[in-house]
Amino acid sequence: MATLRMREALRDAMAEEMRRDEGVFVMGEDVGVFQGAFKVTEGLLEEFGERRVRDTPISENTIVGTGAGAAMAGLRPIVELMTVNFSLLALDQIVNHAAAIPYMFNGQARVPMVIRMPGGGGHQLGPTHSHSFEALYLQVPGLLVACPSTPADGKALLKTAIRDDNPVVFIEHESLYGRRGEVADDSEDEVLPFGQAAVRCEGGDVTIIGILKMAHVAEDAARVLSNEHGVEAEVIDPRTLRPLDLDTILESVRKTNRAVVVEEGWPHGGVGANLAALITEQAFDHLDAPVQRVTGADVHMPYSRRLEQAAIPHEEHVVKAALATLEGSL
Amino acid sequence: MAKLPDASTCYELLAKMTLIRRFEEEAGRQYQRAKAGGFLHLAIGEEATIVGTTSVMRDEDYLIGTYRTHGHAIARGTEPKRVMAELFGRVDGTSGGRGGSMHIFDRENRFMGGYGVVGGNLPLAAGLALSSEYKGEDAVTVCMFGDGASNTGNFGETMNLAALWKLPVFFLVENNLYGMGTSVERHSAQTDLSKKAEGYGITGERVDGMDVLAVREGVAEGIRLAREERRPTILEAFTYRYRGHSAADPEVYREREEVEEWQEKDPIESFARRCVEAGVLGEREVQGTREKAEEKVMEAVEFADASPEPALDTLYENLYVLDSEAGWYAVDERSPEPHRGEDEEHMPDAARELAEAGAAYAGQPDGPRPNPAEHGDAQEGVEPEVAEEGGDSPVAEEVEEQGVAEEVED
Repeated sequence: MATLRMREALRDAMAEEMRRDEGVFVMGEDVGVFQGAFKVTEGLLEEFGERRVRDTPISENTIVGTGAGAAMAGLRPIVELMTVNFSLLALDQIVNHAAAIPYMFNGQARVPMVIRMPGGGGHQLGPTHSHSFEALYLQVPGLLVACPSTPADGKALLKTAIRDDNPVVFIEHESLYGRRGEVADDSEDEVLPFGQAAVRCEGGDVTIIGILKMAHVAEDAARVLSNEHGVEAEVIDPRTLRPLDLDTILESVRKTNRAVVVEEGWPHGGVGANLAALITEQAFDHLDAPVQRVTGADVHMPYSRRLEQAAIPHEEHVVKAALATLEGSL
Repeated sequence: MAKLPDASTCYELLAKMTLIRRFEEEAGRQYQRAKAGGFLHLAIGEEATIVGTTSVMRDEDYLIGTYRTHGHAIARGTEPKRVMAELFGRVDGTSGGRGGSMHIFDRENRFMGGYGVVGGNLPLAAGLALSSEYKGEDAVTVCMFGDGASNTGNFGETMNLAALWKLPVFFLVENNLYGMGTSVERHSAQTDLSKKAEGYGITGERVDGMDVLAVREGVAEGIRLAREERRPTILEAFTYRYRGHSAADPEVYREREEVEEWQEKDPIESFARRCVEAGVLGEREVQGTREKAEEKVMEAVEFADASPEPALDTLYENLYVLDSEAGWYAVDERSPEPHRGEDEEHMPDAARELAEAGAAYAGQPDGPRPNPAEHGDAQEGVEPEVAEEGGDSPVAEEVEEQGVAEEVED
């Protein structure tokens, strides 16, 4: 075990898989000489050379499409898109091609490609650099969607994603790149199957589900709830949204009878909306209160630090939502 | 004028072009009978461009095309009956009935797909070529696309990447003069499409796409440059589709005289004539290619007709590659039971019942399909009329008020 930052853990995952499998390579804008806009690919060019660490022109749709074509012919590309926002330029290749090809050609072609994309707000990057599109990709059949919140999960999930034969949208949060945590090293070769949620802390009063940075905000809120309100929250980080470990979520809700979903994305058609529907459909009889959603504000991310913070969910929002589910029973 | 190759090559070229022509004619007829659904884009008139190209490719080379690629697959070696079965939406189709006319695919023959999004295949072609380059293989990727695709962002992006990375890819523009109903002069500022990628360092040539031998020569050189010199180039082949863009095309954008003018340069007839005049093929051999094509195509229709409809419990198959995956992959909102990854291959009963209820709206497997334009509560239980010739298209795509697909040919 070693203590690493998220960006180092992700880099190690790529390096280890590239050593393991000659077919794995990295391509994207400024992933080589510049070592990644967020320095996630640091050191890879030096170790693996230009053939396997490929700087690309700024051509998102073609970068992803080239990755998909290479994957169809048996390689395992890791495509880095500089931010989630720029992935919209590649939406045609992600949705109409990578996700559809295995199905529309009836299994004759596979697309074992990982598309990494960092997103999220909090750095005053304004309306075109701060999106959270988990819900958008979650909606597409044929894609797998990962959204790790810790360095250990980031590394283990990325290794799994690289080995998986399906196209994976791997969403990273820019605010988490510097976050440290214990990470398994190469000799341990730790991989984490998709579809296994983590229970971050146990509690019997309310279930709080948070993804990416919001998994940490949920944990912070759970501490406040316990310390200041005597409410014991169970915090769940799904870690992957497709496949989704609905079992763990439902099991918790059946115990607590209350649920709060926390995400940074927009409210309409969001991850929270989806989970609220699933919980309501699957565990209606166990619910003592409507499922609460805590989301980013329904606006384009403003630049002003004051306005930006106003648009992002914080622990206080989560605490309020959790208490709302308990109204009348405290 | 390109020299005639040996007799067996000439026969082969003629036979393939004739087979594709006959296949497409029959596909059009089956579409009018509502045996095939959706959109149907026929390549009648473009056979020399298709066959000229594939005839100089090696088995290991990749071919990737557009939504007008029944003929490309057949030229590459796919059995016509499997393409026809795909048009019919049956299990023996190239994609088991999941792709349809626009998405033919045959891995075995390295036909890497027809694609429904204009220009969508260009980046994929770069990727196929990258894999060959990466693995140190000899294969070349041949990427065919229409004049309309040269206006997409993918065109510029892919040309740049292919040239920058010196990928073993060759681009062939099937310039049939129209992007759907918009002529080249009206859709492209640079009408010489062979020059359109010069700024990216990709040079191009133009060729008569109605002359199978000229296409062969041009493509052979382009493939050679890609294979030996890692130099991607463009070949612009002038060709013409006799039929509309799709079967639902009223063709208000061109004159009948223009169609007839091109038909006089028919790629099949002109090549057959040349072979006969040069004494390379006899009239009987030429006639033989027609008879063989007729036989194959009729066999294809029979095969497609006899092929079963896809089983409903395969609805979710091949959406994911599943090994030991846990969790919910598909949460079908129609289904009371979410759809678990580990159960992907075994549709739960509830989901099956929903699929069955939905499939009932498809009509009888052997009967005519309901016309979506006419389908509605008021029409419940009423069998839609299906025109035999030149009648209403089952799909109202791209058709304005008249909603009539005129047949250009008799």
